[in-house]
Amino acid sequence: MALLQIAEPGMSAAPHQHRLAVGIDLGTTNSLVATVRSGLSVVLHDENGRPLLPSVVRYHGDGSTDVGYPAQAMQSRDPHNTIVSVKRFMGRGLRDLPDAGNTAYQFVDSPGMVQLKTVAGVKSPVEVSADILRVLRDRAETALGGELVGAVITVPAYFDDAQRQATKDAARLAGLNVLRLLNEPTAAAVAYGLDNAAEGVYAVYDLGGGTFDISILRLSKGVFEVLATNGDSALGGDDFDHRIYCWILEQAKLSALKPQDARLLLTRAREAKEDLTTHPEVRVTAVLGAGQLVDLLLTTETFAEITRSLVNKTLAPTKKALRDAGLEPEDVKGVVMVGGSTRMPQIQRAVGKFFGQEPLNNLDPDRVVALGAAIQANVLAGNRSDDEWLLLDVIPLSLGLETMGGLVEKVIPRNSTIPVARAQEFTTYKDGQTAMSIHVVQGERELVSDCRSLAKFELRGIPPMVAGAARIRVTFQVDADGLLSVSAREKNCGVEASVVVKPSYGLTDDEITRMLRTSQENAQSDMEARALREQQVEAGRLIEAIEAALGEDGDTLLNASERAEIDGGIAELRNVLQGQNHMSIKDQIEKLNHISGTFAARRMDKSVKRALTGHKLEELET
Amino acid sequence: MDFNQNFFELFGIAPAYRVDPIRLEQAFRDIQAQVHPDKFAHASDAERRLSMQWATQANEAYQTLKQPLGRARYLLHLNGVELHEETNTAMSPAFLMQQMEWREAIGEAKAAGDVPGLEHLSAKLRAEIAAQQQQLAELLDNDKNFQRAAEVVRELKFMEKLREEINHALEALDA
Ligand SMILES: Nc1ncnc2c1ncn2[C@@H]1O[C@H](COP(=O)(O)OP(=O)(O)O)[C@@H](O)[C@H]1O
Ligand SMILES: [Mg+2]
Repeated sequence: MALLQIAEPGMSAAPHQHRLAVGIDLGTTNSLVATVRSGLSVVLHDENGRPLLPSVVRYHGDGSTDVGYPAQAMQSRDPHNTIVSVKRFMGRGLRDLPDAGNTAYQFVDSPGMVQLKTVAGVKSPVEVSADILRVLRDRAETALGGELVGAVITVPAYFDDAQRQATKDAARLAGLNVLRLLNEPTAAAVAYGLDNAAEGVYAVYDLGGGTFDISILRLSKGVFEVLATNGDSALGGDDFDHRIYCWILEQAKLSALKPQDARLLLTRAREAKEDLTTHPEVRVTAVLGAGQLVDLLLTTETFAEITRSLVNKTLAPTKKALRDAGLEPEDVKGVVMVGGSTRMPQIQRAVGKFFGQEPLNNLDPDRVVALGAAIQANVLAGNRSDDEWLLLDVIPLSLGLETMGGLVEKVIPRNSTIPVARAQEFTTYKDGQTAMSIHVVQGERELVSDCRSLAKFELRGIPPMVAGAARIRVTFQVDADGLLSVSAREKNCGVEASVVVKPSYGLTDDEITRMLRTSQENAQSDMEARALREQQVEAGRLIEAIEAALGEDGDTLLNASERAEIDGGIAELRNVLQGQNHMSIKDQIEKLNHISGTFAARRMDKSVKRALTGHKLEELET
Repeated sequence: MDFNQNFFELFGIAPAYRVDPIRLEQAFRDIQAQVHPDKFAHASDAERRLSMQWATQANEAYQTLKQPLGRARYLLHLNGVELHEETNTAMSPAFLMQQMEWREAIGEAKAAGDVPGLEHLSAKLRAEIAAQQQQLAELLDNDKNFQRAAEVVRELKFMEKLREEINHALEALDA
């Protein structure tokens, strides 16, 4: 275990210490981890030199777990316990999964998010994702030779609050410090923006294994704005496999296959599809269970023909996204191709034709998201303080509240740049009403029943008044990860009630702890050790941050007694760090955070002033 | 943090309807480059919280001032004129007449599936909105006639609704 580095009092940490940080593409089909090494973003391989980790987890009765290729290989033989495409279930309830009946899984409905029954017990999608993330984390720590300070994890741009929260919870469960959740198309653009110094409007066309996403971004001077997103959550490489599969059945006059045979032919279909990227034709051969032989020739032309409607199906959401952004295909300066399925020549052709230009292919479409995430992770870890790097993202779906008659009142419209806060006032509708229930939803539709329910809570203790007299102010705050918190306040008659909700699917710290306990069957002492370690890391981070700040501004922004108070707080934290009590470390962290609050505020004011001064100087020059 | 600072002050630009969009955007970026949470991902809790509040404020200010209507509303607010858009719907008969004509034309084109017709209406509407905005600039920056400016803002809101209607019709025909 790496030891926590603590500098001498008054000395800040070494200025050029490289902090280990990674970018993770947690994909539906495949996941990857990348990092910036000697200024270059690279994907980290497994011990067999393979960059991809299939997003497949298999649970065994003895509590052990397979992740990746070995799990994928057993998918057809052990379908109940082998979880594929778990990303589809993140932050989703049973009623959100229209095709749940067609899968091999035994779902357990539970409030907020479905769970899956396996031989190793009931697993939440968060736990399954955490198992994938843990493998990537281990891979990275082995490759980089140290503990990670954090990770940037990518999510589809359209992911709602529940799905984002679930992703963040999975990372926490895997012991990763999440530096930021980043939209996948933004990550892809980051990868291209830096390598090719791209500016202007770009389209990111992402066709993966089971999903299609199109995003329209505006890139300029390091700012990445998402102008619009659209897509089809049930369209991807799997559908192309299926078309070939159907073609095989038709050509070989097969029907009513055993599941084993069907699985085999689907695998053959996928192999044929992937081979057709580099060959004009391929032979499809298979021996079925009953000894029946399949031997067919599939040409690129036939493949293109039987999948034409699928290719066209990606163009409708593309048009819609452009319209949302108020743009025409000609306005798009470049098209970034993401996802393994964009390797198919018919996709390349169709996209090229639609946009009237060759799509960008310089970066590997499988890796581009992870590469971009790694670049952002490197910035957030503080390894690049030199430049004016800035990345602005947006909230993908509108946030609103339920009002009378099951209607939605939008509070924050989609595509608002984050972080964002908005307040809305509501009133009572009955005389003497003393409580009000607040229902937070996300989505674009007008009826509450058509939107996603995020949280419900009650505001009590409203003083009895005539209808319409109370003034209840509900504030939504969305942070830079796109995560929401809501507070409500009654501000009449000097009475204030306020509550902060965490949306209902989000895991509480207790639940995370419970999952950690059950997943690792840790003894109490291990839990204690873990908590202690977490607080030590947190304390180290805080001391480093404050000392760096003191080094920059301590002399100019603080008077002697203020300085002494902060120095005292740091010394006290160092003191409790010698001990083994995680609670007292936690308390002292909070205290130091509090003590340094004013200093932080002054530094921020100074930064803003600096921004404006720089601006005015520029103007004088012109 | 000084939340009493108005949005124009935050960006260091003069309070007016006519603003240089490039300068506004530059000021916004300069501020975000200093306060954005990405700069504080490994800072103390206090700094992270402040950074989020500042970045939120800068976003809010930029979104408000970037859009002509938002800017006009905000200027009116700074000058003590509230629009009460939800309750005050009294419009001049001439304007209402015009609105009805627009609605009819859009409805007919939509029913006939007339895409070029809708596109023509859209261009005409854009021109009218531009003229209204020109007038708004005069009223706010030169004449300081805030009462009349408030009326124009309310009218513009109706025009924006028409624009949405045309876009929806075009989208429906496209699908
Ligand atoms: N050479 C290729 N030709 C066609 N499809 C490919 C090729 N390589 C990979 N794919 C397909 O890409 C899909 C996986 O894409 P990926 O971007 O990893 O998915 P996701 O983002 O859903 O995790 C699979 O359907 C796979 O068959
Ligand atoms: Mg992907």
